[in-house]
Amino acid sequence: MVENRPWSDFLAHLVLIAGVIVVAFPLYVTFIASTLTYDQIITVPMPLTPGDQLFENYGQVLRAGSGKGSHAAVLPMLGNSLVMAIGVAVGKIAISIISAFAIVYFRFPLRRLFFWMIFVTLMLPIEVRIIPTYGVAASLHLLNSYSGLILPLIASATATFLFRQFYLTIPDELAEAARIDGAGPLRFFWDVLLPLSRTNIAALFVILFILGWNQYLWPLLITSEESMYTVVIGIKRMISGGDAANEWNLIMATAMLALLPPALVVVLMQKWFVKGLVETEK
Amino acid sequence: MEKRVVFQSRWLPYVLVAPQIAITVIFFFWPAVQAGYFSFLVQDPFGQSSSFVWFQNFRDLVRDTNYLESFQTTAVFSLAVAASGIAISLLLAVMAERVVRGATIYKTLLIWPYAVAPAVAGVLWAFLFAPSLGIVAYWLERLGVNWNYNVNGGQAMLLVVIAATWKQISYNFLFFLAGLQSIPRSLLEAAAIDGASPLRRFWTIVFPLLSPTTFFLLVINVVYAFFDTFGVIDATTEGGPAGATQILVYKVYFDGVKGSDLGGSAAQSVILMAIVIGLTVVQFRFVEKKVQY
Amino acid sequence: MAEIRISGVTKSYTQKLQVIHGIDVTIADGEFIVIVGPSGCGKSTLLRMIAGLETITGGEIAIGGRVVNQVEPKDRNIAMVFQNYALYPHMTVYENMSYGLRIRRLAPAQIQERVERAAKILELGPFLQRKPRELSGGQRQRVAMGRAIVREPAAFLFDEPLSNLDAKLRVQMRLEIQKLHRSLKTTSIFVTHDQVEAMTLADRMIVMNAGRVEQIGRPIDVYADPASLFVAGFIGSPAMNFLPGKRSGDDVELPGGMRVAIPAELRAKAGGEVTVGVRPEHLAAEGAGPEFRITVDTIEALGADSLVHGAFGDATLVVRMDGGRAPAMGSALPVRAQAGKLFFFDTASGKRIAA
Repeated sequence: MVENRPWSDFLAHLVLIAGVIVVAFPLYVTFIASTLTYDQIITVPMPLTPGDQLFENYGQVLRAGSGKGSHAAVLPMLGNSLVMAIGVAVGKIAISIISAFAIVYFRFPLRRLFFWMIFVTLMLPIEVRIIPTYGVAASLHLLNSYSGLILPLIASATATFLFRQFYLTIPDELAEAARIDGAGPLRFFWDVLLPLSRTNIAALFVILFILGWNQYLWPLLITSEESMYTVVIGIKRMISGGDAANEWNLIMATAMLALLPPALVVVLMQKWFVKGLVETEK
Repeated sequence: MEKRVVFQSRWLPYVLVAPQIAITVIFFFWPAVQAGYFSFLVQDPFGQSSSFVWFQNFRDLVRDTNYLESFQTTAVFSLAVAASGIAISLLLAVMAERVVRGATIYKTLLIWPYAVAPAVAGVLWAFLFAPSLGIVAYWLERLGVNWNYNVNGGQAMLLVVIAATWKQISYNFLFFLAGLQSIPRSLLEAAAIDGASPLRRFWTIVFPLLSPTTFFLLVINVVYAFFDTFGVIDATTEGGPAGATQILVYKVYFDGVKGSDLGGSAAQSVILMAIVIGLTVVQFRFVEKKVQY
Repeated sequence: MAEIRISGVTKSYTQKLQVIHGIDVTIADGEFIVIVGPSGCGKSTLLRMIAGLETITGGEIAIGGRVVNQVEPKDRNIAMVFQNYALYPHMTVYENMSYGLRIRRLAPAQIQERVERAAKILELGPFLQRKPRELSGGQRQRVAMGRAIVREPAAFLFDEPLSNLDAKLRVQMRLEIQKLHRSLKTTSIFVTHDQVEAMTLADRMIVMNAGRVEQIGRPIDVYADPASLFVAGFIGSPAMNFLPGKRSGDDVELPGGMRVAIPAELRAKAGGEVTVGVRPEHLAAEGAGPEFRITVDTIEALGADSLVHGAFGDATLVVRMDGGRAPAMGSALPVRAQAGKLFFFDTASGKRIAA
């Protein structure tokens, strides 16, 4: 700040701490709840210090789910979420990076057409075409499968645009030098472009992993077998009709398991996460 | 934008774009076209045959009070989420930008909610506000508020707005922070020398220079509220009570999957598509071109 | 090593935009030829056509007797050094230099031998495992040259390689390039806009302007015997003085009334509008030619020499004088041209009027 006003600094810290508390409060309560017994929770008010049921609760949900809502064990669900998240991230990056390469470094008929086709996908999120997409997946026998979970989600073009933008900033001379050195297009892509794209790939991976992990509507539609549930929809299925009957301690334990992996990714790879966010919105 | 240098190959570029084009055609264009097509059909009760009814579905929708209510609900919801999300994160960003020590810690602590799935966010806040159990519900009861969002539509709306906004704060925060950091120090210093107080500096210099970011986030937040919040609604109120939180995208799902009204749901999808395209056009036209000074 | 023959080469980007208008030149095997000209004259385009990075609209280019119009750059047996080095940022110096050889599947032992030999010549030994970002500009340029050397090509193509270096480094690198050429004797084509680089490095120079060749010749010939106003004004620093005048009988009448006689052998060829040119270094207090009376306006003291700018009517004449003898500002200074050092040009076409 321009002037040196200690009280305004103090105020700033105050506001920020308040913000952090508000933001962290739900997480804190969730964690506490995941360490309590069912009875402790339904006795109002719920204690605000950790209980002693941590291992019991987490062990229970991982192995056998919650008693009243769904009986699906959460551990396999975590596995499904992992496969889906990694599949979406890797799949999207793979098809986008080669598309961007083709669009930037080649001139061919239909180039403009393909470019616009890919561009258009930015406009319609999957929720808007959800039911026909389900129909297409069903007719391709993709229900209750990993391919069905992953493939429809890699259709959008954010990654392609990121890579395209990046390639446009690479000096032409680098490609010319490679051409003179004898490198064909694929060689150039593998030896030069790909290594230079490493930070972008890392940034995108973080964003896409989180996107894939947190998908809700699509997995909801395409999976009907418990063995294929992801952890995010698994939680919803644990919550049966009336609130009082829900085993909130177990549900909260599942919620913690559902949000920990992406949260860890964000915090540990913060630099790439921020870069990925900012770049994909340009 | 074109590159000067170009590789020559007759077949390679096609092979390279093929996977993305294939996926795009199969899982984007084909369903989108189908949605359009279905919106012109009505299925018989047994799902055996369908008849072409032109704009009948659309006309029915426009006359359907539930649908129009859903429009209103969505408008209220998205404005509330966007406005509160932007206001709160702007405040936090301004404070964070000021603070020299601990800035990175605050940043880390404030951005992680982005990682939480909307559905999970919904569950967390539903727990906090659970009528007989939740800790916040308990405090509200102690304060004399009769809290039960399963029955009270306004309270249900409040719950989902809070859950949805909470998740979005970190995203907005990051963009505001980046925007604030790109404002040249020298402008603020010049204003200070001219005698402007911090508050004045903020409203007359910082805020206007931040307007591209603000406008951009406005569009993003509205799109988020329209679509990405499906999980929040489904995990908490399922559109209830009595449609109080049934936003448009939820209605598409509800009518199409739970209600098996293919034609009506498809017509709603088409209308939503038009809205989204409109928002995207607005974003590109005004946000991208709007350069401040 | 090979001879490079450029025949009737033209380049157009669209029907209307023709940038190179028919160039013919044969570059001898082992020759160091410099293409020099101002920005936008087409010299880089010509180089890139030889390299294969630009297509050839008309005419032919042959390297070592083989027409290469349709041949890919990698098969033309040439190597290129770029202005901004174009080093692969993620590879070490060794990997940068060996990349082309690895693609051509040379044996690792052979690759190592070639890289180390080039590194020795260019004094890059200690840097072989470093990445480009750890090197200075001059070192990077040497790596770029090393990359070209290990290929042992028929010709080296240099695209303004010294333009990104600071002045002192540029002088140093010029000498190194000269030394390199003396030892390797590879045919070299060097593009620059700097006429000092051109003069010091070239066996022969191609002076280009607006897509056309103005003159081809040895530096000393181009200097002493310029073919046009453009060449005369471009080559030589400080630039030649030009005085446009009108033919009047056997003389050229300059503005202000002064008359300069046209040499006998040129009278038949001179037209109505004639420009007289004389270099600053050929004007002195003593001399055999006509006398120009100038009024001293500005003096640039360079130490060994002084450049005296004097008003001559409406025009300005620059005279190079010995550093010690500085005339007074505002004084009248009579200067004479050396014998035979007056040049005559046809004002309209720019061409030199020569016997």
